[in-house]
Amino acid sequence: MAQPGKRVGLLVTCLVDLIRPAVGFAAVKLLEDAGCTVEAPRQSCCGQPAFNSGDRASARALAEQVIATFECYDYVVVPSGSCGGQVRVHYPELFHGDPNWHPRAARFAAKTYELTSFLTDVLGINKINARYAGTATYHDSCSSLREMGVRAQPRRLLAGIEGLTLAELPDADVCCGFGGTFCVKYPDISNAIVSKKAEAVAATGAGTLLAGDLGCLMNIAGKLQRLGRRVTVRHVAEVLAGMADGPAIGEPEPKRAAP
Amino acid sequence: MTLTSPQFKDNARAALADAQLQRALSKGLGFVERRRLAAERLPEFEALRDGARDIKNHTLAHLDLYLEAYEARVIAAGGQLHFAVTAEEARAIVVDICRKVCAKTVTKGKTMIAEEIGLNDFLEQNGIQPVETDLGEYLIQIRHEMPSHIIAPAIHLNKDQVEADFRRVHSHLPKDRNLAEPQTLLTEARGVLRERFLSADVGITGANFLVAETGTSIIVTNEGNGDLTQTLPKIHIVLATIEKLVPTLEDVSTLLRVLARSATGQDMSVYTTLSTGPRRPDDPDGPSEYHVVILDNGRSSMLGGGFAEMLRCIRCGACMNYCPVFNAIGGHAYGSVYPGPMGAVLTPALVGIDKAGHLPNASMFCGRCEEVCPVRIPLPRMMRAWREREFERHLSPATVRSGLKFWSFFAKRPALYGLVTALASRLLWLFGRSAGRFRRLPFAGGWTRHRDFPAPQGATFQAQWRRRRN
Repeated sequence: MAQPGKRVGLLVTCLVDLIRPAVGFAAVKLLEDAGCTVEAPRQSCCGQPAFNSGDRASARALAEQVIATFECYDYVVVPSGSCGGQVRVHYPELFHGDPNWHPRAARFAAKTYELTSFLTDVLGINKINARYAGTATYHDSCSSLREMGVRAQPRRLLAGIEGLTLAELPDADVCCGFGGTFCVKYPDISNAIVSKKAEAVAATGAGTLLAGDLGCLMNIAGKLQRLGRRVTVRHVAEVLAGMADGPAIGEPEPKRAAP
Repeated sequence: MTLTSPQFKDNARAALADAQLQRALSKGLGFVERRRLAAERLPEFEALRDGARDIKNHTLAHLDLYLEAYEARVIAAGGQLHFAVTAEEARAIVVDICRKVCAKTVTKGKTMIAEEIGLNDFLEQNGIQPVETDLGEYLIQIRHEMPSHIIAPAIHLNKDQVEADFRRVHSHLPKDRNLAEPQTLLTEARGVLRERFLSADVGITGANFLVAETGTSIIVTNEGNGDLTQTLPKIHIVLATIEKLVPTLEDVSTLLRVLARSATGQDMSVYTTLSTGPRRPDDPDGPSEYHVVILDNGRSSMLGGGFAEMLRCIRCGACMNYCPVFNAIGGHAYGSVYPGPMGAVLTPALVGIDKAGHLPNASMFCGRCEEVCPVRIPLPRMMRAWREREFERHLSPATVRSGLKFWSFFAKRPALYGLVTALASRLLWLFGRSAGRFRRLPFAGGWTRHRDFPAPQGATFQAQWRRRRN
């Protein structure tokens, strides 16, 4: 276990900040329960959209901003393999050959972790006490899988959740078709890919789809809902933190009782 | 060939609506599963990939020396070597060789370089009939198409389409013959092609490797057509590009061990054929002239630059087999000779990023291609590098540029960003909370045409966090 008082900076990610703050609070709970001190300094974006669109100057400016904001923490934790991969893999690449920034970026990258990887690989947690009734399937986001080495970690943690059965998703390593701006630049191709993914999810018979990246989750949830498939979709942190009782992604808020 | 990469979006839309194509793509050839099993069967597979990468890197770093060594060995073995800087030069060299023997028919083994230089059309214009002898290449030749995959050129076709084409083209055969089984189609193709092999004046093949140590060209095939193509005619022409060079036969053995496994999941291709010079006096058969045409076509300018690693490519096709985009739209939609991830990197280098800009953009950067590449080419990184070139040269679409500018203005000012996003999420929540999601959203048509968009939960994380902690 990590020493109590480890200071963790939460890089909350644009999508969680804007669309699903519950994931951020679930991450905070998981980290605080594990004895960490969590802080979420004022932040915007890791710069990935600019980086992947070829706008290296903006990507660099945003990377400098993130590094300057977060480098005071012992660790930086991200509830996303995609934004995590941007920091861990691509920040050092962005500053390649820069004698001032490259070492800083490399040090920063080395202490940045995807959430489930941080809980298991750094804090050594193998079991979390939480309950979730039902069968869930898990989608591996490409960046988690191929940039952050995250595959076993969320499964190990989910295996300890009381009441939860995990049904493996065939072709879990195939992209869902989100790809950041790809899904709006090439909507028809993205649609073909996510349609296949949504059908594969539905075919598992699981009532819940979980993943560690909100981009993939929004994409697959949106397709499942458009197809009329009754699968609830959540970020894995919500289930691990025992905070999966609110509306799932894209689900309506319960009607408030009349005053 | 006609480059239709600029119309990539239209091509992709048509491909998605093409029921025959989608049926063929959904069946596939099982390459993904077979490659996985082949890699699992060989404990040293990952180490071999490193070795293969290193061999290619070493060769490319000393390409001038190996080219010279290769040239000397080819000449010593009685062969003739021709260097072509451009596609035009390569075509002219081939036609000149054919003319010297008054060639009427040329048989061809599978070669992507011939596709790259548009050789078949040029031969026909010069009164020479090219006959493709690889079954897939033969199919697309009689359909007047181009390959949709670098190792399985007719992967976009279904059996019933092939049957219809055979009945149309092989009109001299009995009309009531049975062509329902793949085996009967194969037998018919074999019979038709056998006559062509025997009557050809020149045989043209590609090369998987050119060996500097021995002056040997090597092809790997599964059908044996390459052997007949290069042994029966009087003249054998090898079409290759500079990056096919490999120092030694020992190096070839390493590359062969990753090539077939990555391509089709076979341990080895069925035929691996080595050719060194023309027929020697005591050889039982073989061509009397052996020519090698080495094409550059822009490749030497990739050496030492940001795209040099692409020259490691050994054309196994694993990147496209594993690519979700390729599997959704097939190879023709890319509108260039080389489809899929390797094409998305190579095509802009060959034809210009101004024409091929869509190709490196139409990627989710999922990374599956790089994960399976036998020579570990960082394909996503190089696609991104093309996007950077595009952005620097102001070639990316105006909507993308202005969108990025608008977004990064706020992202670079976190306090302002916080205010704007708080307002936006609040607004979207107000309109979306009762349904939980949007079926339609202004400025998000690309998303909502195909899927719902979730409503935000209310205040942003950061707004809530600051309220809680202060």
